[in-house]
Amino acid sequence: MIKTVKAKTKKIKSPLGKKLNKNHNQTMSGAEMVIEALVEQGVDTIFGYPGGAVLPIYDAIFQQDKIKHVLCRHEQGAAHAAEGYARSTGKIGVILVTSGPGATNVVTGLTDALLDSIPLVCITGQVPTFLIGNDAFQEADTTGITRPCTKHNYLVKDVNTLANVLHEAFHVSGSGRPGPVVIDLPKDVQFAEGKYISKAKAKTHMYNPKTTPDMAAIKKAVALISKAKKPIFYTGGGVINAGPKASKDLTAFVKKTGFPITSTLMGLGAFPAHEKQWMGMLGMHGTYEANMAMHGCDVMICIGARFDDRVTGDITRFSPNSKKIHIDIDASSINKIIHVDLPIIGDAGEAIAAMYKEWNAQKYKADEAALKKWWKQIKDWRGVNCLAYEKDDKIIKPQYALERLNHFLQKDAKKNKRDSFITTEVGQHQMWAAQFLPFNKPNRWMTSGGLGTMGYGLPAAIGTQMGNPDGLVIDVAGEASILMNIQEMSTAIQYNLPVKIFILNNQWMGMVRQWQELLHGERYSSSYTESLPDFVKLAEAYGGIGLRADTPDELDDVIEQMLETDKVTIVDVRVAQNENCFPMIPSGKAHNEMILAADAEQFDKKLV
Amino acid sequence: MIVKDKKENQSVYGDGPGDRDIQRHTLSVLVDNEPGVLARVIGLFSGRGYNIESLTVAEVSKKLNQSRMTIVAIGTPSVIQQIKHQLERLVPVHKVNDLTEEGPHVERELALVKVVGTGEKRVEAIRSADIFRARVIDSTTSSFIFEVTGSTQKVDAFIELMVPLGMVNISRTGAAAISRGSDKI
Repeated sequence: MIKTVKAKTKKIKSPLGKKLNKNHNQTMSGAEMVIEALVEQGVDTIFGYPGGAVLPIYDAIFQQDKIKHVLCRHEQGAAHAAEGYARSTGKIGVILVTSGPGATNVVTGLTDALLDSIPLVCITGQVPTFLIGNDAFQEADTTGITRPCTKHNYLVKDVNTLANVLHEAFHVSGSGRPGPVVIDLPKDVQFAEGKYISKAKAKTHMYNPKTTPDMAAIKKAVALISKAKKPIFYTGGGVINAGPKASKDLTAFVKKTGFPITSTLMGLGAFPAHEKQWMGMLGMHGTYEANMAMHGCDVMICIGARFDDRVTGDITRFSPNSKKIHIDIDASSINKIIHVDLPIIGDAGEAIAAMYKEWNAQKYKADEAALKKWWKQIKDWRGVNCLAYEKDDKIIKPQYALERLNHFLQKDAKKNKRDSFITTEVGQHQMWAAQFLPFNKPNRWMTSGGLGTMGYGLPAAIGTQMGNPDGLVIDVAGEASILMNIQEMSTAIQYNLPVKIFILNNQWMGMVRQWQELLHGERYSSSYTESLPDFVKLAEAYGGIGLRADTPDELDDVIEQMLETDKVTIVDVRVAQNENCFPMIPSGKAHNEMILAADAEQFDKKLV
Repeated sequence: MIVKDKKENQSVYGDGPGDRDIQRHTLSVLVDNEPGVLARVIGLFSGRGYNIESLTVAEVSKKLNQSRMTIVAIGTPSVIQQIKHQLERLVPVHKVNDLTEEGPHVERELALVKVVGTGEKRVEAIRSADIFRARVIDSTTSSFIFEVTGSTQKVDAFIELMVPLGMVNISRTGAAAISRGSDKI
C-alpha cells in the first residue's frame, strides 16, 4: 500500500475569522464578501475546484473554518455533488469554480439542475474586468454560455453590488421553481474592497413568484376529485422540492381518498412505496398498472409533474377520457404539452395542504362503489406482473441483483438504524433501480431525470454522503456511466466517504443496445464497451475497496461485505449481457401500447 | 450494404403538432434595463423555437432603470401563451402584457426610405409620399429620404409603392405599441 503523505497545511488565523458576522456593514474584499454571504445564507459545505481566476476566494476559504470546501476532481463532478447534496438535504448546493474551462465544465451540471429543478448557486471566477472581451487566458463568455442553462445569471463588475447579488442569487435559486444560478466574478472584483450588505438588508429584486394557490380553483379541484370514479394521483419532483411536509400531507390525503397513486422518476419517495395504493413509477419504463390506469382514468390529479415526453408517450392518445387537474408552481408548465381542464398555479405543498383541508372541511367521501370497481381493474393489471423476469441460476440477472440489494438494505436499515440513499447513473440500471428499489421517504433518491446525464451518480453520491454523514449511500451504476466521472473516487477517498458503487456490469451501454435491438434492426453501432478496466483493481488503485460477483451464489456475500465497508467501495456485478428493460413504451406510442418482456420477440417484427 | 426499409428511417416520434391557426400577437414587456436582458429574451425565442416578427426596445424610465420591449410574435394560441409565461419566468422581466389579447391598442412603426431617381419618377415619389404623410428629411437633386410612420400595414403599403419609383434602401424600426384608453399597464 502506498503511504500517503499529507501536505503540511497550517491554518493561519487571519483577521477575516474575527471579522465574520460581527458587523455586517463594513468594508471588506469581494472574496471575503463571498464567504460572509455564504455563511449568512447558512451554507456549510461547498464543492469546487480552484484555478487562477478564483484564487482570492480560495485564499479567503483557507483563512476561515465556517465553510468546508470539498475538492472534487472535475468541475462537472463538483456540480453533480452539489446537486446530490441539495437533493438529499433540501438545502441550496453551492459550487465554486474558476473561469474558462472551469465554467464550461460545470455547464452539464447546471443544465442537469435546470431540468430537474435543483437549487444551486455556482460562483465562477472570471478574468479581470479590464481583460473581459480580449480573449484573455482562460476567458470564456460565462454569462453568455450559461444563460440558457441557468434560471438566472449575473456578471458582477462592481464590488459594491456583489453582496446584494449574492443574496439575490440564493433567493432566486431557492424560491419558486428552484434552479441553478451563476455568479460570474472577475478577479479584480474579488480583490477590490467594498461595502458588505447583510442578508436582511439586501434587496432581493422583485422576483417573488406566486406560491399560494387560488382557493376557488382548489375548491373546484376537490369537488371534482370527490366525484371521480376512476381517479389517479400522478405526482412528481415538485412534491419533493416542496419539502418533507408536502410528502407527508400528500400521503395523508391520498390515504384518506383511497385513490391509486403513481409518480414520475423525479417524484419517487414522496408517497411510501410500501403502501397498498402505490402503483409504481409511470412512463416509458413504468409499471403496466400505472400506465394503464393513467390511460383509463377519469380524473387525473397531477401534482408537481410536467407531462414530460418520457411520461406521456404519444400526446394525442394520452389519457383520452380524463379530466385533468394540474398543480404546478411554474405557469409555463401548464398547457405546455397536455391541455388540462383545471390548472392551479402554486407550491405543491401549499396546494396539497389546502386540498386536504378542503376535503376534510366539506366532509367529502370518495365514491366507494366506483372505487372498488376501479381497484378491481387495477388488480387485474397488477396481475400481469409486468416486472417479472426470467430467473437464471448461472448468470446474475440485473433485476435479481437489485432485489438482493433491496433485501439487504431492508435488513441494514433495521440493524444499523440508518437511512439509505440511492443515486444512479443513466441507463437501464437507472430504470431497474426505479422499478425494483422501493422508496418510502422523500430525498432518498437522486437521479438525473430531465437531462439524463451519464456520470451523475458517483459525484451525486459524494454530495449526498457529505450532507448525510451517517447515511448509507449507494450509487447504482452501469459500467459505461461510471467511467464518465470515475475520477471522483479520489474525492471519496480524500474525505473518507464510504460511498458504495454498485455496478451492474453487462459490458454494453445497455439502453443504447436495447434501442438498437428493438428499433434499429439489431445493428449494434458503438454500444459495446470494449477495453473495460478491472473495476476491482481500479477501486484499489484509488485506495478504495473492490469486490466482484460473477455468479448468483456469490452475490449475497458480496452485498453484505459492501454494506460493512468504511471506505469507498466498487462492487462489480457481472450481469446478463442481453437483458432488456421492460415494460417499455416505445417513443411515439401510447400508454396502453406498452411492450412487456413476453411481447418483445414479436415486437421487433412489428416495428422494424 | 445494408438496405433499409423506408419506414425504418421515419422518426419514431411522428409528426409535431402542426401549424394550424397561426396568430400574430403584440406583447409589451417591461424589463430591467440591465446588460444581457435583450440576449435573454432573444435566447428564449431561439432556444424554444418561437417566431419573432419584430422587436423594439428602449429605456422608458431612467429612475426605475426600466425598458419596454414590444415584441410581435407569431404562433398558435398555445404557443403565444407559452411565450407569455416563459417571458414572465425571466428574472429581469417585470410584466408581460399581451396587447392583442387584452383589448384595443395602437401600434406604430417608423421607416426611413431612400428613393433615387429623376424626372417623372421623382415627382411621382414626392406626390405619393404626400398621400402617405411621409416627410422628406433629406434630399439631393437625385434622391429623397422619406420618414413614414404608421401601422405596419401602412408602412408596407408605402414601401410597395416606392419600389418602382427607385427605392434603394429601407430602415424600419419594428412596432411600438400601447393599449388604448386610460388604463395603465
